[in-house]
Amino acid sequence: MPEIKVTPLGAGQDVGRSCILVSIGGKNIMLDCGMHMGYNDDRRFPDFSYITQNGRLTDFLDCLIISHFHLDHCGALPYMSEMVGYDGPIYMTHPTKAICPILLEDFRKITVDKKGETNFFTSQMIKDCMKKVIPLNLHQTVQVDDELEIKAYYAGHVLGAAMVHIKVGSESVVYTGDYNMTPDRHLGAAWIDKCRPDILISESTYATTIRDSKRCRERDFLKKVHESIERGGKVLIPVFALGRAQELCILLETFWERMNLKAPIYFSTGLTEKANHYYKLFITWTNQKIRKTFVQRNMFEFKHIKAFDRSYADNPGPMVVFATPGMLHAGQSLQIFKKWAGNEKNMVIMPGYCVQGTIGHKILNGQRKLEMEGRATLDVKLQVEYMSFSAHADAKGIMQLIRMAEPRNMLLVHGEAVKMEFLKGKIEQEFSIDCYMPANGETTTVTTNPSVPVDISLNLLKREMALGGPLPDPKKPRTMHGTLIMKENVSFMLVSSEQALKELGLNEHQLRFTCHVQLQDPHSDADTLHRIYTHLKSVLKGYTIQHLPDGTVIVESIVIKVSSSAEDSNTKVLLLSWSYQVKTWTLFLEGLPMQSKPGSSPNHLVIESLF
Amino acid sequence: MKLYCLSGHPTLPCNVLKFKSTTIMLDCGLDTTSVLNFLPLPLVHSPRLSKLPGWVSKDGTINLEKELKECAGRVFVDAQPEFCLPERELLDLSTIDVILISNYHCMMALPYITEHTGFTGTVYATEPTLQIGRLLMEELVNFMERVPKAQSATSWKNKEIQRMLPGPLKDAVDKELFGAVQVSPLSSGYSLGSSNWIIQSHHEKVSYVSGSSLLTTHPQPMDQSSLKNSDVLILTGLTQMPTANPDGMLGEFCSNLAMTIRAGGNVLVPCYSSGVIYDLLECLYQFIESANLGTTPFYFISPIANSSLEFSQIFAEWLCHNKQTKVYLPEPPFPHAELIQTNKLKHYPSIHGDFSSEFRQPCVVFTGHPSLRFGDVVHFMELWGKSSLNTIIFTEPDFSYLDALAPYQPLAMKCVYCPIDTRLNFHQVSKLLKEVQPLHVVCPEQYTQPPLTQSHRSDLMLELQPPPMPYRRCSVLNLPFRRRYERIYILPELANSLVPSEIKPGVSVATVSALLHSKDNKHTLQSVPKPPPMPPSKKRKRVIEEPPVALAPKPMLSGAVALEAFLATLQKHGITEVKVEETADGHILHLQAEDTLIQLEEDGTHIVCDSEPLRTTLRDLVLRFLQKL
Repeated sequence: MPEIKVTPLGAGQDVGRSCILVSIGGKNIMLDCGMHMGYNDDRRFPDFSYITQNGRLTDFLDCLIISHFHLDHCGALPYMSEMVGYDGPIYMTHPTKAICPILLEDFRKITVDKKGETNFFTSQMIKDCMKKVIPLNLHQTVQVDDELEIKAYYAGHVLGAAMVHIKVGSESVVYTGDYNMTPDRHLGAAWIDKCRPDILISESTYATTIRDSKRCRERDFLKKVHESIERGGKVLIPVFALGRAQELCILLETFWERMNLKAPIYFSTGLTEKANHYYKLFITWTNQKIRKTFVQRNMFEFKHIKAFDRSYADNPGPMVVFATPGMLHAGQSLQIFKKWAGNEKNMVIMPGYCVQGTIGHKILNGQRKLEMEGRATLDVKLQVEYMSFSAHADAKGIMQLIRMAEPRNMLLVHGEAVKMEFLKGKIEQEFSIDCYMPANGETTTVTTNPSVPVDISLNLLKREMALGGPLPDPKKPRTMHGTLIMKENVSFMLVSSEQALKELGLNEHQLRFTCHVQLQDPHSDADTLHRIYTHLKSVLKGYTIQHLPDGTVIVESIVIKVSSSAEDSNTKVLLLSWSYQVKTWTLFLEGLPMQSKPGSSPNHLVIESLF
Repeated sequence: MKLYCLSGHPTLPCNVLKFKSTTIMLDCGLDTTSVLNFLPLPLVHSPRLSKLPGWVSKDGTINLEKELKECAGRVFVDAQPEFCLPERELLDLSTIDVILISNYHCMMALPYITEHTGFTGTVYATEPTLQIGRLLMEELVNFMERVPKAQSATSWKNKEIQRMLPGPLKDAVDKELFGAVQVSPLSSGYSLGSSNWIIQSHHEKVSYVSGSSLLTTHPQPMDQSSLKNSDVLILTGLTQMPTANPDGMLGEFCSNLAMTIRAGGNVLVPCYSSGVIYDLLECLYQFIESANLGTTPFYFISPIANSSLEFSQIFAEWLCHNKQTKVYLPEPPFPHAELIQTNKLKHYPSIHGDFSSEFRQPCVVFTGHPSLRFGDVVHFMELWGKSSLNTIIFTEPDFSYLDALAPYQPLAMKCVYCPIDTRLNFHQVSKLLKEVQPLHVVCPEQYTQPPLTQSHRSDLMLELQPPPMPYRRCSVLNLPFRRRYERIYILPELANSLVPSEIKPGVSVATVSALLHSKDNKHTLQSVPKPPPMPPSKKRKRVIEEPPVALAPKPMLSGAVALEAFLATLQKHGITEVKVEETADGHILHLQAEDTLIQLEEDGTHIVCDSEPLRTTLRDLVLRFLQKL
């Protein structure tokens, strides 16, 4: 039985360093190649030695697919391709291809230049790695090789995020990457065909959450920001440069406009403007409303939001600052946090998920004393707020996607084990499909039962379809008979037996049987034959029954002759001859008009011999 | 498989393909060359045009002076221009399932099909084709409605277009139609988002090639290799200027432009609002400084000028590699963004409004429509036509420039003809066909003979073996391929139950008796369920009521029964008294104790036996020697 194997090297019962190996139909595919924000040691990257202990990965992988530009999905890419060694194709969408190298470079700078790590990938490696990237268009089937094909679908999560359908023969797997089933202020909702994959590998960040309406969350967010500003506090919103940042900027921009607010909003780092440029140039990946109006008003040109300078953090008075990175694990957001943490008037709003080990995660869990580098501690007095703005599907969304794609099996990654367990139960209950949640390095094997594609001769197919009458009822199954020719296990052809003989250059071998049956019948030979003929005609409706002048009756390949016995003219000898393939035998015998002589029971005899 | 040809214009095609159970329209071009027979529609009253004499036949018997006007020896219709629509009587257009659009120039007749025929299908076009095509339609409607004529002769109405868009238009992607055929767009390299289409099932492949280019301009390069292994290749949209080299024309365009400006004249470029204009602007961007034109204003006037320029910047997926790389930086892929930023290029929706106050001469104006019959270009013809300092440079190949200029004669302004048509020329297309090797080629009849004006140029036609099948307007072609196979899926349970036997090395056969399910043009085979056991008393009756079609028929037999081996087998089964008699075709075996004859021949075996158990035994013994198919 064919099977599909799935092994997470990262993101198995965890969030971070997404990297999933899939073996399907003899092909090995790596899905995502991320880094873990919670670690600074070897655990930062997936353990590629699982694939091979030494040597390059090229021989072991048919392709690598990156779902989106977040570093927990692509952060290990240059390490994997340039340092471990992989020269095969890397697929990602155009926006991911554009943005990914910038974030990688940013990551490299923080790690090498600021933290002084060595043995890390270089700028050149990022460039070399990006040269191996083949861009993917949405809904376009890409043939990786003769057997393996992939197709990308819109995932909504961030600009350019994609889900991917991987297909070999009639087996297939869908990997969602991170996705969002509800459209937001700048992106649309994820969507996929009813493609019925053998396995749907889904993220499950919010496996147990069912979020209240978007509108409520937005109102809450604006209220909190507004209150803080009103009492003269400073608001820090740690974000990643692309994604939530743009959505929240659009939100605040419109709010500021409406409320005529004057407090400054800043956006940290030079990435801002650049990031917004990406949104402008890839506007086709944003939601419908933005796409429709971009000629008149580009939503990514902000009036109220200005570039941040480090010195502004000490300015008096209220302000709102968007700073990177989003989990407070390094960089500018952490610096500002340290400055503002001591004042209870200030506020930090965490708009997204925080990985274990990051400061973001710690303060969200209520920790009020933080150990910093050099044994210093930091007292957290400012208000800490969490607002789920990260664009992941919640439990409802995941169930919705299952309904859309109708997978045969479900596999959860990119979530916490406890939460997964809960969702797994729900999925198995509601959809009656198996749901798996392998840990890192653990292999899930799913047996598939693919149907075998065969080429059927159109003649045979049409003949069978025509048998159902002039207008065959498409719902009613029909029986068909044919011969399957298999050549070298690669070509499968289903043809009629006659055509099979012809195709294979074989001659037909006729097998015939003849027997004599004695009957008591006082009529003349000709009369007896005629009686048989008329009787058969009345019984075998719809069959061609011929009475030939030479004294034979023919039904299909059955030939009947009658002659009188030499001793007794009342005893007739019936000569029956038929071929091996004759179909009407039963009916024919049912139709025989006369009783056979005791002892020789031809009816019984013939029935038994043929059926 | 049939092809219905609804348009005779080779670059504005409209064909309908019937393939398997689907009806697919390929492009929906609107032939606008007919507008050349009409008088221009001026934006402001033109005393010259209104004073043109009416036409009266020489003997004075026919007087149509209200409708026909004469100008410089030619007669024009004084009415709203009419277009030549695709043929609508050749087949019932409401039966069309889908319309595939290859580029934004080939979709202008869509409203006529989608709104007036009971069409209920879907139109597929790539995202850029869809967006820019929509803009070009709006522009055309705007040109017409701005200057209503009393005598109306067109069914182009704004409302219709509004209703048509965006309803059935879908983003083109690899699509399965009714489970029967797969359609997928391939980049064709001609314009932003332009595509050729592959229409295929598991066993048949039709390629539709329309408006393709191998030149490196702004669009994504043409995908040639995917066209390989086509059974039929439908070829339309070759260059209309087979003798003009686009690069040379571009050079001429620049030098004429510079010369006119230096001499203090204005340059008028009648053009479409999307397409070659992007390349012209890019060329000028590089040329302006070196030609010392830094202070010359460039104007682009069209109701969709702004949208066209903006949209051109957002389709990175559909651009050539260099432009894609710019987007990754991120920078706008086209340099006209910079021309606009530095105020060198200005765009206006029309000559009215801001333009009239900001307009400075000498200048360069890009505006439509290239037929010179409507749009803002008419105004500039009236304004600049009288001065020999000015130049009009034709770059669009769709209209004969002499015909376009006819109603403006006599004309003092200079005329330069630099048609830029990047579509495939005959040399390129024969090379392409040699590479992709389609079994059959279908093309407009114009491509099977040299152009009328250059009848000696046998290099300006398609010469293929086998010769291409030509079509003209209203042709119905039977496409020459027979479908022989169809894809069917054998469900795993049935597949496991099959018993293959090897006939020759590497070739096995298995007889299959199965239930055939056909749904959405997808066929599957599954095992025949075992009939439920029937009460014995009723058994006989049942058999008669339901003819035993569900039972597997006996297979065909092949091979031969070898005499010696067969005799040995008989002996093993206790049949020892066998008399063998040689005949012309084989042997007759007389089983003396059993009073049975077996006739063994190369292609047949005949068992004459009255005892049923023995016959069964003999049959099974014979079958051991034969292959079942």
